[in-house]
Amino acid sequence: MSNKKGNILQAQELAKQIPAVERLKKGPVAIIECIEEIPCNPCVESCPQGAISMPGGLNAVPILDWEKCTGCGLCISACPGLAIFVVDLTEGREQARVALPYEFIPLPQKGERVVALDRQGNELGPAEVLRVQQGKRLDRTCIITIAVPREWALAARNIRRAER
Amino acid sequence: MRITEHPILSFKQGRRISFKLDGKTLPGCEGQTVAAALHAAGVSTYRKSPQLQRPRGFFCAIGKCSSCLMTVDGVPNVRVCITPLQEGMEVQSTPGKGCLPDEDPVPAWPWPEHYADRILETEVAIVGAGPAGLSAAVETTGLGAETIIIDENDRIGGQLIKQTHMFFGSKKQHAKVRGIDIAPLLLDQIEGSKARIMLGATVVGFYDDKVLAIVRGGEFFGLRAKKIIMASGASENMLAFQNCDLPGVYGAGAVQTLMNVYGIIPGNRVLMVGAGNIGLIVSYQLLQAGVEVAEVIEAAPRIGGYQVHAAKIRRAGVPISTGHTIEKALGTEKVEGAVVARVDESWDLIPGTQRELEVETICLAVGLSPTVELLFQAGCQSWYVPELGGHVVAHDENLETTVRGVYVTGDASGIEEASTAMLEGRLAGLCAAESLGKKAASGKREEIIDQIRELRAGPFGEKARRGKEKMSRETWSHVQQKR
Ligand SMILES: Cc1cc2nc3c(=O)[nH]c(=O)nc-3n(C[C@H](O)[C@H](O)[C@H](O)COP(=O)(O)OP(=O)(O)OC[C@H]3O[C@@H](n4cnc5c(N)ncnc54)[C@H](O)[C@@H]3O)c2cc1C
Ligand code: SF4
Ligand code: SF4
Ligand code: FES
Repeated sequence: MSNKKGNILQAQELAKQIPAVERLKKGPVAIIECIEEIPCNPCVESCPQGAISMPGGLNAVPILDWEKCTGCGLCISACPGLAIFVVDLTEGREQARVALPYEFIPLPQKGERVVALDRQGNELGPAEVLRVQQGKRLDRTCIITIAVPREWALAARNIRRAER
Repeated sequence: MRITEHPILSFKQGRRISFKLDGKTLPGCEGQTVAAALHAAGVSTYRKSPQLQRPRGFFCAIGKCSSCLMTVDGVPNVRVCITPLQEGMEVQSTPGKGCLPDEDPVPAWPWPEHYADRILETEVAIVGAGPAGLSAAVETTGLGAETIIIDENDRIGGQLIKQTHMFFGSKKQHAKVRGIDIAPLLLDQIEGSKARIMLGATVVGFYDDKVLAIVRGGEFFGLRAKKIIMASGASENMLAFQNCDLPGVYGAGAVQTLMNVYGIIPGNRVLMVGAGNIGLIVSYQLLQAGVEVAEVIEAAPRIGGYQVHAAKIRRAGVPISTGHTIEKALGTEKVEGAVVARVDESWDLIPGTQRELEVETICLAVGLSPTVELLFQAGCQSWYVPELGGHVVAHDENLETTVRGVYVTGDASGIEEASTAMLEGRLAGLCAAESLGKKAASGKREEIIDQIRELRAGPFGEKARRGKEKMSRETWSHVQQKR
């Protein structure tokens, strides 16, 4: 088990989950922030590309093949730990996109300005909602895609609606 | 107090009815318990303790702690947390220890001669309709054994009915399905022609010759079964601190019941004590219901639950303070705040580190203990195994206890999770049916055992693994000594 002294995953503990810069520049890719050996595997079954594997069985840490992953985001709402995000740092784009699981109401609207939060719930700054996905297949875990400055792509993991 | 909108649940409000509290008319809804209606009406104190006159409210909300006793329609000491509200009900706080009314509203206690003709018969009796009990019934009825399932709740599902989050595990154990959606799936798998489900019925005694004594709506009867499967779940642990008996100090399961079953928030600002999976999950569910979680404190130096559960509440801004404990609850009639403080390595409070928090509710998520009193009465051998949650009943690999034909399964056999509870339930059901001479598909028992092993194989399953080993060792050496 990793260091869990009150605080949550730090960048260095996640290093292994984050693809190389060259891959990130190529287009959207999943980042699986699940690094403990827990008995769980819906992520493996959810990926149509077969990009997620657990060679050690049910309790193993999921391993993502970044080359196979298309960033489709299907795994996001399948994960009971709400631990999967899709980050899009496509080269040449001014802003990064982060797709995250969201189970709160009211849902933000497309085009809404929200506040991006980091892993400790600290405010990073404003973000724009690009897409809100919901539906039967997602079973009440909505997927929100936000546009944020590129340097927040690996930090922005939640949103807060600005007016409340 | 009422939740009108929720990201996962939709609450159907029952017909509006009214009831009386100490003569005063209060509004309520059909489908609520008396406790839920009282809480929704802003009443948190139900009575005064008989000796010291301390205010008492509810604590567990699942009928296991007796903190919520009141007088209902003349009957004293009724657990209002599991009593369905009815139009015109007269609820009173029981004075002192309560005494029975002169005119007995319940039928007289049956004497042996009446008793004999009030004993039902069945092949298998299952006590508890949680994930373990329902899964057991899937196997027993599937193999053709006539089965009666008894539960004191007015709906099936046990703890599942309040678990709004998606489950872990693998597909075989309904991973990624929300807990609330699992009981109907299990019910579908039960062979209806062989099963009877008796709800609102409490098993109050376990007598010789496998006769269960059952109370249901003021009626008392017996049920004789060839095999008995106890799937009675667990009760929430208490923590001792100053003022821990104040109304507003609630168990995590109680908070979940109030919020996710009845759509009533426990308070506007909550302190969560315990950062195991339950504390983390319930904190997240509180946020989903629009409640502010002031802080999660944990005495151990690290978070006990899954990192992914902790991450969900951290990124919503909830602080998790490890190495912290609660010193006292503040308030006289109900919780108005809490004092928390740091602890050293031996878990002793470090003076001078106290901080005051303004909260309306203190939620305790400090573990569960198996509900096994009926099995003690049955004469089952038991051991104290802290890894399994305290006093547990000795059982073999098939979950049979030292009293032949009596099985224990799910949280009652040692605290684990719903996924293991479902598998253990199936195992007990299968073994009970086989011992009645029914034939299960070959290899099925082994397959279930393998799945249980797989679930317990990781670092988080270590405690259960160790506990079960310790329990078997104790049992084995005891058997040898006896020979
Ligand atoms: C807050 C919380 C979160 C959880 N999250 C998860 C999770 O994410 N994943 C997971 O796998 N597990 C989870 N669990 C654990 C899981 O809910 C339990 O392990 C599981 O419900 C145990 O099942 P059971 O059938 O043994 O007992 P229960 O579900 O407790 O059912 C026991 C039933 O027996 C009935 N009963 C007891 N005594 C009597 C009697 N004398 N007469 C009649 N009826 C009686 C009760 O009314 C109850 O309905 C969580 C538990 C809690 C409290
Ligand atoms: S984003 Fe799509 S392709 Fe990538 S791991 Fe998830 S499901 Fe597979
Ligand atoms: S589904 Fe989510 S929580 Fe489960 S193993 Fe995969 S990433 Fe981890
Ligand atoms: S028995 Fe009613 S609150 Fe515990």
